[in-house]
Amino acid sequence: MKITVNNTEYSVSEELAELKLSTYLRENLGLTGTKIGCDIGVCGSCTVLVNNKPGRSCLLKLKDVVNKEVLTIEGLASSSGTLHPIQQAFIDAGAIQCGFCTPGMVLTAYAFLLENKQPSREEAREAIKGNICRCTGYQQIIDAILLAAQRMWNNEDKRFD
Amino acid sequence: MFTDAFRNDAAAKVTGKAKYTDDYKLPDMLYAVPVHSKVASAIIKTINYSKALNQKGVVAVYTAKDIPGNIKFGQIIKDCPTLVNRRIRSAGDVIALIVAETREIALSALPFVEVELEEIPGVYNPEEAMQGTSPLVNPDFGSNICNYHKVRTGNMEQGEKEAELIIEQEFNTSRVEHCYLEPETALCYLRPDGVMEVLGSMQHPFSTRRFVASTLGCKLSAVEVKNIPMGGGFGGKDDTAALVCARAALCAYLTRKPVKLIYSREMSMRESYKRHPYKLQYRMGLKKNGKIVFIKARIVADGGAYCSVTPWVTWRSTVQSCGCYEVPNVQSDVYGVYTNNIFSGAFRGFGSPQVNFAIEQLIEMAAEKLNMDATEFRKMNMVHQGSKTITEQKLDNHTVSLQQVMDSVLQEIDYENKVQQCSFGNPDVEEWYGIGYAIAYRGVSLGAEGTDMNSAIINIQPDGSVLLETGVHENGQGAQSAMILIAAKELGIPKELIRYRLPSTSNIPDGGSTVASRGTIMGGGAVVNAAKIIKQRLCEGVEKALGINGCSYKNGNIYSAQGEKVADFFAAVRWCYDHQIYPFAFGVFKAPQISWDEETGHGNAYFSWVYSCQAAELKVNCKTGKITLLNLVAAHDIGKAINPALLTGQIYGGMAMGAGYALYENFPLVKGEPQITNYNGYRVMRSTDLPEMTAILIENADPNSPSNAKGIGEPALEITAPAISTALYRATGKRFTDLPIAPQVREYVKGKKQ
Repeated sequence: MKITVNNTEYSVSEELAELKLSTYLRENLGLTGTKIGCDIGVCGSCTVLVNNKPGRSCLLKLKDVVNKEVLTIEGLASSSGTLHPIQQAFIDAGAIQCGFCTPGMVLTAYAFLLENKQPSREEAREAIKGNICRCTGYQQIIDAILLAAQRMWNNEDKRFD
Repeated sequence: MFTDAFRNDAAAKVTGKAKYTDDYKLPDMLYAVPVHSKVASAIIKTINYSKALNQKGVVAVYTAKDIPGNIKFGQIIKDCPTLVNRRIRSAGDVIALIVAETREIALSALPFVEVELEEIPGVYNPEEAMQGTSPLVNPDFGSNICNYHKVRTGNMEQGEKEAELIIEQEFNTSRVEHCYLEPETALCYLRPDGVMEVLGSMQHPFSTRRFVASTLGCKLSAVEVKNIPMGGGFGGKDDTAALVCARAALCAYLTRKPVKLIYSREMSMRESYKRHPYKLQYRMGLKKNGKIVFIKARIVADGGAYCSVTPWVTWRSTVQSCGCYEVPNVQSDVYGVYTNNIFSGAFRGFGSPQVNFAIEQLIEMAAEKLNMDATEFRKMNMVHQGSKTITEQKLDNHTVSLQQVMDSVLQEIDYENKVQQCSFGNPDVEEWYGIGYAIAYRGVSLGAEGTDMNSAIINIQPDGSVLLETGVHENGQGAQSAMILIAAKELGIPKELIRYRLPSTSNIPDGGSTVASRGTIMGGGAVVNAAKIIKQRLCEGVEKALGINGCSYKNGNIYSAQGEKVADFFAAVRWCYDHQIYPFAFGVFKAPQISWDEETGHGNAYFSWVYSCQAAELKVNCKTGKITLLNLVAAHDIGKAINPALLTGQIYGGMAMGAGYALYENFPLVKGEPQITNYNGYRVMRSTDLPEMTAILIENADPNSPSNAKGIGEPALEITAPAISTALYRATGKRFTDLPIAPQVREYVKGKKQ
């Protein structure tokens, strides 16, 4: 089986077909940015992108991502270390507190912004409803998503002001 | 909206590089899991774990008999077992630990630990537990009443005589789970120097150190607890988290290998302590002109199976039992009670959300009964500059700003107009609208709960870079960033020069727990005091180098007695090192004196107070009972805003948690057994459950705080529920006095339809 994680292709033995993606990422690849909050697919902390769509890595098995591209939080910044605009926006808008939901939240927001280049606050709110954050009340996360949209797509309108 | 928020640990967190406990792996590391009780009240007859030991990959199974030190520990009463040796008191009790080569093996061995139990009668209702005939939860203690606090002010008989109107009401609040996203985890290893090193998801390294040292039977100096990123605490990572660390340390001590103990969400929810459910019975006497003449309160808190911090939680409830009002005659009786329920402990708010939920509704009910505007009624009775609290503390050493926070919120939300539009269950509309607000004061920091001091170390390196550490723990709230900003301002240097060094228990003195919204006020005070010393050191260096006297420090530069600039920060640092002066300072902030008399319930309970107002707007679908929050507005007088973006984030997050407390959150037990095991059964507020929020920062510099700042973590949560409950009353026409409210609104609407 072939799996691509953060642009690197891995060969995985068939015996691991039933292994949880979250376990593979954390234990086998050492990509511990993917967090485990509930392990039953409810909290969204373990969200990764599979072909640019958010997926819960605690529910996905390796067989589910064969020949697909998995993006974890470690793969979002450029190889030189420059933060992706959505990451920078999370910092700048004050969207980070304990940080445990942050990787899943950032990836969910990133996938959303790939689809929606001029999001409203309501659309951003809807987009992250599958990701629990116990610290922030989400408001500054929504701020971050709109700030990132502006920076990424150079929006002229000022709906987020 | 902020676009340049400062948070020194944000880059690590946003890239996934920040390492939380479970992200660490050590060579030869073993994995441990706890064996929990399956019942809430029983005697252990035998524990047979030979079958578990025979599983391939299982290294050891440990029970209480393997503990070299104390089996039981606790912050106040040492009643909480690291592992139960005989008597099971709650469904969250841990009987044994399985240590294995992998976590999977350890988990798969769980069914092979056979525990023979004899169930004994338990008690699950605090009122029953208080009766003398009830089984004793903690026979060594001799009573199920764990603690009792009271306030006796004025003369109740006189109050009863003077009262022209009486209002009585009972309120009940729910058991609430913290739901920090990261479950408890600990990684311990015995270092070659004999020190047990502890990494863990806990918010009180020094408390954890006491638990670990007690369990191992070693000195405090033989345990080093380090502060690493933690995935949320909210008060919840104290006793349980410390016990988890103690258990991991026990396994590491006995196996002589690094051991990681990881809790699943199910284990965390089963074992961890919750917010105390309260029963609050109030009787209030009023004059027809609107003056409150007495309040009589009887409050019973379900403390569960272990004491934890129940006496402190209920003490705050006692001091704040009448809300932020002047009441001449007071009789408050507050009980913390042992039951066989999952124990209760610290949770953001710490005994205030319960009393505020009750008292702020009682105020609204009283105003209505008097046919008075609730705002006028509050203004007539609330504390103002120079007022005396119910514990006879005179509020004259800081700005009493209730009026200011209230005016700010009511103006921002356009209350006067909107309150006219409330539906009160109008049968002619499909959607009911309501608005409500609540006010409160909150004593800062610990008050008479405990010794209150903190320290900071400023250590300037030869190149002018600064290492800063304090006795404050980074719980995720941004404590480090606040400390950096305070130091940068005091020293007049760019914040980029300052690196915060996450402290360990071995290199800074015990500064108490980072609880009670005390991080900024206490740690910040220590930073200011350390900065004062370091400025003197830098001046000394310049004086020695130049052979002059009387230098002073201002905004990063040193001036001669004549007022001439003689050195910048970097030159001063260099000259210090050249002339055998370390630019190093240890600063301490001791909280101003407080007092408390347990007999009368009088005293200067807290050295300053935070003033707060929050308002909520909502609508209710009359057919389904679905509640939609439309708006939440808060104003808090925090003294001084150190880091406005993160401060604002605390307010938003607090309101979100408070809204969840009001509407949905509940952790029911049946005969002590949790009915919820994971997030699928517990409703945490999601983004779509919340409205846009507004946070107003009120800054009346507090002279009692060296940085002028107070605290925000808890004020932000403690009055959201009464604001929402009053808004729901104005929407539906029905007053809901028990938490959580959303299920009752659904039932109410259903009842109306029939």
